[in-house]
Amino acid sequence: MTLVPGAQRPDTTGHYGEFGGRFVPETLFQALIDLEREYKAMADDADFQEELTALLTQYVGRPTPLYFARRLSETAGNGMRLYLKREDLCHTGAHKINNTLGQALLAKRLGKPRVIAETGAGQHGVATATACALLGLECEVFMGVEDIERQKPNVLRMQLLGAKVTPVTSGTSTLKDATNEALRDWMARVDDTHYIIGSVVGPHPFPMIVRDFQSVIGREARAQILEAEGRLPDALIACVGGGSNSLGLFHPFYDDADVKFFGVEAEGEGLHTGKHAVAIGDASSQPGVFHGSRSFVLQTDDGQIVPAHSISAGLDYPGVGPEHSFYARTGRARYMPVTDERALIGVKETCVQEGIIPALETAHALYYAVHELPKQLPPDSVVILCFSGRGDKDVQTYQRCFQK
Amino acid sequence: MNRIERMFQEKRQAGQKALVLFITAGYPSLDFTKALLPKLAEWGCDLVELGVPFSDPIADGPTIQYSSNEALKAGVTVRKILSTIPPVRERSEVPVILFSAVNPLLKYGLEAIADDAKAAGADGFLIPDVPLEEGDEARSICSERELSLVFLTAPTSPVERLRRIAEASTGFIYYIAQRGVTGARTEIAADLADKIGELRGVTDKPVAVGFGVSTPEHARQVAQVADGVIVGSALINKIREAIANGADSDEAILAHLEPYVRSLAEAL
Repeated sequence: MTLVPGAQRPDTTGHYGEFGGRFVPETLFQALIDLEREYKAMADDADFQEELTALLTQYVGRPTPLYFARRLSETAGNGMRLYLKREDLCHTGAHKINNTLGQALLAKRLGKPRVIAETGAGQHGVATATACALLGLECEVFMGVEDIERQKPNVLRMQLLGAKVTPVTSGTSTLKDATNEALRDWMARVDDTHYIIGSVVGPHPFPMIVRDFQSVIGREARAQILEAEGRLPDALIACVGGGSNSLGLFHPFYDDADVKFFGVEAEGEGLHTGKHAVAIGDASSQPGVFHGSRSFVLQTDDGQIVPAHSISAGLDYPGVGPEHSFYARTGRARYMPVTDERALIGVKETCVQEGIIPALETAHALYYAVHELPKQLPPDSVVILCFSGRGDKDVQTYQRCFQK
Repeated sequence: MNRIERMFQEKRQAGQKALVLFITAGYPSLDFTKALLPKLAEWGCDLVELGVPFSDPIADGPTIQYSSNEALKAGVTVRKILSTIPPVRERSEVPVILFSAVNPLLKYGLEAIADDAKAAGADGFLIPDVPLEEGDEARSICSERELSLVFLTAPTSPVERLRRIAEASTGFIYYIAQRGVTGARTEIAADLADKIGELRGVTDKPVAVGFGVSTPEHARQVAQVADGVIVGSALINKIREAIANGADSDEAILAHLEPYVRSLAEAL
């Protein structure tokens, strides 16, 4: 494993080793430069940090608890002690708001009155609409019609919060197409609009900015586990679509070489069926340029992007953040697949054993943590799972699946 | 000097402007593309941008998204697109540039695609999602083979960036006339002349202007300030229109396009 302690990631040109970069039309390039400059100025600005911290504390409800899941730990066996980092208890019900508040403040600093966003499961859309309502920004969210159908409650929430939800019908009408549409809108209105991208994807500096805002998850978890166990964990685990909740948890532990990282990708109906969202952890995975950066991506032999498939709208994305590709390439993290069917087992177990209804996305990580991880770790291991979101948005899907 | 550089030099010496036409390769079929390429040259097109369709074209509006999607459904590949160029070379010296998102080229292999494009008779590449900062490898591969690598400039590019892009761009410089995606517009951007003026202040290389140019009147306006006028979506729309009106053969579509292309050429 190549550990590069203290090394700057990304480098000054926005690359993580061979991954990342700024593959965008020239129209957007200067906006990326301006964004990076303002972000750096803001990161060093004590007033800004104070404002963000106050919002995260009083508005979002941070720090979120690190909860010891006794019954799931018993199910896992091998003496494993499973802790859940409760991002589902954030205002709006998922980790997404950590990023949207930070970026909405950034939009104000950039002097841009209008914000756009893409959304898959709707959690990022809701978190963006929330931040915009709070800070008085105009908000438009692009969402594939397929996702509008399967995440209806979140569409209504966005509209209640004053956002315009624009249906996207191009391509496969899911998250990747919503992202295309948001990028196109940004090209047309880059002068007055900031694009709040929802994950650690896209052109530099987005993957870095989103990672930094989400790193509050890992910083808190690190202090909390030291308090609870008096030592660092043996492993961290989280689901990976674009990869923002996982990177938020992993990043502050990067230099702790003994802490293993596990990313869980959505295997959909199974790798052999071709209907999945496993961008990294498949033997045939290959890097490509998609949505502005170089990273692993599902693609054909002719370099066309292949639509992903997952029961979970938030993981239904053919790409993955460039820093995850770097983690995979250097061996810092391992990426494992979990099918739709197994994720639903994770949902059911967590509901009845812990009294918490998890989001479908989170359930992928829950299944792997309880059923696979104990076999791979020494006895009595301490594990932190990023409980990225609550399952209210998925209850219709659960009802449909569990009635079968 | 390759075909692109020679063409712009001859135009400049003759006091003329170049008509640059974009087509989506493989739309509505690869055979149509093969039939169309030599015709475009015959009707007055000075440079062809042969568009490689991509599944997720972020810089393209609905028209080119549609034609790209149709071409992909019909099974077009990079290799098949290259096969449309040698037949043109038997009849015409019209420069052909491959216009492609970077991913299909990376998957093919940048050196391999450059070698094969050169062998097929292509003259360069235009890769809209590769800005100057990501272009080092493509630049050296193209320059070793005397292929042009055209970079794009935009209304949002500050003058210092314009200078650096112009220096790196070979063949010509593409100026994106509008914020937003490709597609026909009703008017030409008001700041066009100013921005081209800025560009002229930092380079002597030819400048061609695209995005939103659709009518002979637009072409005439743009030609007053640019060395080349680029029409794309409007041409694709004409093909679509012909098909919608019942054109059931390549000849019938070509017959519908001819007066339009000739009218653009005459406007210059």
